Amino acid sequence: MEYRTVQTTCTYCGCGCGLLLEVMDEGLVGTLPLKTHPINEGTLCIKGWSVHEFVESEKRLQYPLVRKNGDFLETGWDDVLGLVASRIMEIRDKFGPDSIAFLSSAKCTNEENYLLQKLARAVVGTNNVDHCARL
Amino acid sequence: MEAVEKVKVLISEWLTKDKVVGFLALRTVAGHPIPYLFTKPDDLDGLYLGEVRYPLTKLLIRLARKYSDNSFGILARACDERSLVELYKNQQLDPNKVTFLGVACSEELAEKCECFRPYPSRIDIGEQVDRQGDLASVTKIEAMQESERYRYWMDQFTKCIKCYGCRNICPVCFCPSCTLEDHDLVHLGGMPPQIPIFHLVRAVHMADRCIDCGLCEEACPADIPLRTLYRKVRETVKNLFGYLPGESVEDVPPLESLGDGTFEVCQTCREK
Repeated sequence: MEYRTVQTTCTYCGCGCGLLLEVMDEGLVGTLPLKTHPINEGTLCIKGWSVHEFVESEKRLQYPLVRKNGDFLETGWDDVLGLVASRIMEIRDKFGPDSIAFLSSAKCTNEENYLLQKLARAVVGTNNVDHCARL
Repeated sequence: MEAVEKVKVLISEWLTKDKVVGFLALRTVAGHPIPYLFTKPDDLDGLYLGEVRYPLTKLLIRLARKYSDNSFGILARACDERSLVELYKNQQLDPNKVTFLGVACSEELAEKCECFRPYPSRIDIGEQVDRQGDLASVTKIEAMQESERYRYWMDQFTKCIKCYGCRNICPVCFCPSCTLEDHDLVHLGGMPPQIPIFHLVRAVHMADRCIDCGLCEEACPADIPLRTLYRKVRETVKNLFGYLPGESVEDVPPLESLGDGTFEVCQTCREK
């Protein structure tokens, strides 16, 4: 028999609210706001309150899919990254760097967002960088 | 022996002598007191007895359902004990399978919570502080003109971001199907919530249930004075029916004492 709560940070937006995931016998059963967190001080929005539901959702994408002839096919990471890199360079060479835009995410860390804009600006050569945090 | 050590010894005895299989309380992890089920006396080093409150009794429901043959211990302040009374009454927990460790709140916490009786029926740790409850927050709003009062509440409800936090944190909200998620009454999946109906539906449901712990207000990201609203309905039910939730398992709530006596705790709630 085990019941514990695990402190973590909400992944939904850039606020960084502290939350607790309720773990019962290794299963994720609920979410609570972390009352002593300096950002959210024991409050959450509806998305934060529901975090435990998406973690084990059947609808969650768990591996890369590549569309071939209209169907999504499960593909390995190396193949997918190779495909994305070659297609991006192909498009850049044909239509110019500003034909490409990079969409980052508030769900990523600062460091990951930094890396994405670096890739956009230094490798591809465009300032077309945006993100989903226009809440 | 220091008081904290004494209660640790007591809980250890409960655990080792199989009085309880686990003790639900707070444990300090990485500087934060967080809910935890203590099953081994060794873990008790991290036991937190400070003033941060979580709805422990509500968290116990899930455990008690899964391990229905077992008995559990739980840390309980006065508000937790009142919620236990409601959970027993509504057959969410079995009083024969719950043992509480009573914590009396400090004067500071009692003041902060505006508590009307900041100590449980049995005190295992802490000193009894007497504090008179008052309805100052209710009286202040009732002193307003009707139109001003209406405006006040509508302004408060407008701030709502429909997080359902008041319901989620509430130690006496346990229904498997919630009116606030009923398609016919509430527009789901959209903002803003319909006001004032969204909040008044909850207020009505709190009328014979609210134990005035204040966790809802602490969990509200919009700082809506929910406790004041529920205090008013509590007061109304007290004046009309002489009934106060959370006082005694023997007290019969108005829904049961009114009508032809056919009302009973719904089977769905009992089973799930």
